[in-house]
Amino acid sequence: MKMDCKHVWEYISEYIDDSVDAKLREDIERHLEHCEICSAILDSTRNILILTADNLTFELPVGYSERLHARLALELERA
Amino acid sequence: MKQESGTTEAMLIARILAGEKELFHDLIRPYERRVYLTLFSMVKNETEAEDAAQETVISAYRHLASFRGDAKFSTWLTTIAINEGRKRLRKAKGAAEESIEEQAEGYEGDFTPAPLTDWREIPLEALERKELREALRTAVAELPDIYRQVFTLRDLQELNVEETAEALGINPGAVKVRLHRARMMLQKRLVPFLKSTARASRAFFGRAL
Repeated sequence: MKMDCKHVWEYISEYIDDSVDAKLREDIERHLEHCEICSAILDSTRNILILTADNLTFELPVGYSERLHARLALELERA
Repeated sequence: MKQESGTTEAMLIARILAGEKELFHDLIRPYERRVYLTLFSMVKNETEAEDAAQETVISAYRHLASFRGDAKFSTWLTTIAINEGRKRLRKAKGAAEESIEEQAEGYEGDFTPAPLTDWREIPLEALERKELREALRTAVAELPDIYRQVFTLRDLQELNVEETAEALGINPGAVKVRLHRARMMLQKRLVPFLKSTARASRAFFGRAL
């Protein structure tokens, strides 16, 4: 089956998560081979996810862990 | 690896419950980051998120005996964090937040991605730029609540669909729909930024097409 771009977009998220079935995957990949626009959308979305999972993007407050364990230590003493 | 951490964790929990309470520090250490980020995605304030994270951990300790091995400890802990976050949101905003789940699927919006034509892949150098991280943080913070929560659990903390569904008390289908929409909204939001960084670094590295 020949897919149009809009159809591919609907499945981008599931395609990235590898939760589309083999047939659909094949159709999407065939489309991506010749469609620069969808390939760029896929790449940009993937890159956003890589950046999201990078620990430097979402950082913890300085001293967070120390304060958490200090508070926990107080609780453990009490109990 | 997951299997292994599961059995070690079960042993840790058993020992804590049997009296070696100091081991609770080790039990939660791998999840500190997740607890904080879950709460930050909800309350959107560093101080409040940290305070809520502490409450979550204390609450998990106090209720550890009620943890059943049929769920993963990490999911159980995330559920406690989400409940703590919801409690704070209710307190802060009153009853308005109660309808948070109903606004869910009725949300009207444009969830199509934004097309780009002038680049194939963002160079790693561009991904490492501070400005891009900042833009991403802002874009995530500005997602509607129901999308931000799913996105945070799935893509930031890398819970799977089932764990995310369980932690949020929604069905796996809703997780997939919301995740897709969140990702497309972020893609659209960040495209102008990606384009300019990609172009800039391309010129810099002399890789113009």
